Amino acid sequence: MILVVAEQKDGVLNRASWEAVAAAQQMGTPVTIVVPGADVSGPAGELAAADVTEVVALEHTALGAYTPDGFVQALAAFVTETSPAHVVFTHTYQTRDYAPKLAARLDRAIATDCIGVKTDSGGPFFVRPMFQGKVNADVALEGPAPHVATFQIGSFRVDAVKKGSAPAPVRRVAASVDAAAIRQKPEAPFREAKQAVDLSQAERIVSVGRGIKGEEHIALAKQLAEALGAELAASRPICDAGWLPMERQVGSSGQTVAPKLYLALGISGAIQHVVGMKGARTIVAVNKDPEAPIFELADYGIAGDLFEIVPAMIAALK
Amino acid sequence: MRIAVCIKQVVTREWQVRVNDAKTWVRDQDASWELNEPDAYALEEALRLREKHGGEVVVVSAGPARVTQVLREALARGADRAIHVDGEHLATADGFAAAGALAAALKDEQIDLVLTGLQSDDQGFAQVGVVLAEALGMSHSSIIMEVLVDPSTGSGQGGQLRVKRELEGGWFQWIAMPLPAVLTIQSGINQLRYATLKGIMAAKKKEIRVVPAPAAAVARQRIASIYLPEKSKQTRMITGSPAEAAKELVRVLREDARVF
Repeated sequence: MILVVAEQKDGVLNRASWEAVAAAQQMGTPVTIVVPGADVSGPAGELAAADVTEVVALEHTALGAYTPDGFVQALAAFVTETSPAHVVFTHTYQTRDYAPKLAARLDRAIATDCIGVKTDSGGPFFVRPMFQGKVNADVALEGPAPHVATFQIGSFRVDAVKKGSAPAPVRRVAASVDAAAIRQKPEAPFREAKQAVDLSQAERIVSVGRGIKGEEHIALAKQLAEALGAELAASRPICDAGWLPMERQVGSSGQTVAPKLYLALGISGAIQHVVGMKGARTIVAVNKDPEAPIFELADYGIAGDLFEIVPAMIAALK
Repeated sequence: MRIAVCIKQVVTREWQVRVNDAKTWVRDQDASWELNEPDAYALEEALRLREKHGGEVVVVSAGPARVTQVLREALARGADRAIHVDGEHLATADGFAAAGALAAALKDEQIDLVLTGLQSDDQGFAQVGVVLAEALGMSHSSIIMEVLVDPSTGSGQGGQLRVKRELEGGWFQWIAMPLPAVLTIQSGINQLRYATLKGIMAAKKKEIRVVPAPAAAVARQRIASIYLPEKSKQTRMITGSPAEAAKELVRVLREDARVF
């Protein structure tokens, strides 16, 4: 049995959980989905549309707010009881916080941040990007089952999920949790500031990465953005350095965008950035490293010095 | 307060990755090495906490002899002493083996707080900090953007921690927990300092204690094959002089892609 762990917050299903369902269905059958939380009848009912054996609502009042201690307790007990061959997650920030701990508690192997799975000849092999996406590795997990795998958001399509002819049965299970043993006391999530810039609505985006080298060069990218009628955005390191405000960050920790044009200047294409922009219709990459992973998803590329290319583009646009 | 910072030495970002003949690892014999960037932020955060609360910063790295380079660098930036968990096999270790080696070196050190980067730039497991917490029996949180400590007086005597955890899409959350704890630090939590000449000189007198790696645990992960990613798109590479390439790019964007 392949067990998918779905994610919800306050009774609202995280849509990325469907991607883990698609991954599990590709790996084999039967598939069961478990949703941990305090009252998860809503998300469990929604997930029952998938072609799976059953959906388990794994409930306990102490699971109302996510904590790694609480979720590891609940899932370690449930996994031990149900003995799946694989436990599959979508690689969200929540998954990152506790899936490795769950594997450690169970003393079982885990492959994190996978982008695919190969089930042919002797598999499964989990495909993982390494070295900032410059190479992929096919990884086999060893030792006794269950093996845990987490899949990067966007690796599987939500519309690839096979739906059942009738809703799968939903079973409510009281989770085994010792609330007193939960050490983390989480407060309510909040946003730092109103996002003044909504990049998701931008038609064109010029985005800068480490290749811009210094804060004094941001103005050059800004000129190109103005000439193209584009918004200016950046990869995380640029915002970390304070060269552009955090609200202009594209990627897993920033905004997700889908413009007509995404022009990446000096961006290598690490997966954390790519998940935020790969939905763009036309992707252009300018990078001095012809092997930069960004070229793998670019429609047009120039392998060259952005400090020469960008002024020439501004001139050509006038 | 005694803070341990787990750091990793990784190949530099500029290094061109080449796969070995067996396709099981990269040919890194000729690589240049640096401190894993997220770990640099973890180290900086530890130095700031020490400035505020006093105590000691111990840096730990698990790897072959070459990792002395990043330990020396961390000492030059201000760490008080270093522990090198020495083992050739740790160069390619999976997250469990790395966490196990670090845990063995830290378990008797009376550590109040363990910091490490949220993931490494090479294998990128994002597992070690979380697994280390389990191995040490400590509480943890991950992807941390702010650390507030209310320490009690001495090392190993508890205290409280309040941390700001990053969530997706610009959301954050404060979480309180008792010490001792492990935190994985997000890049950008602070502004990094670099080693001064004085720091480099001082580092030469600081201790790097070498401890042998614990017996190699059974590997949980086997890399069957490493290869260049398949292209997901047909990329048209535009060549020529910068002026020619720029002009052609503007033309195709206007006439073929019709994006403006």
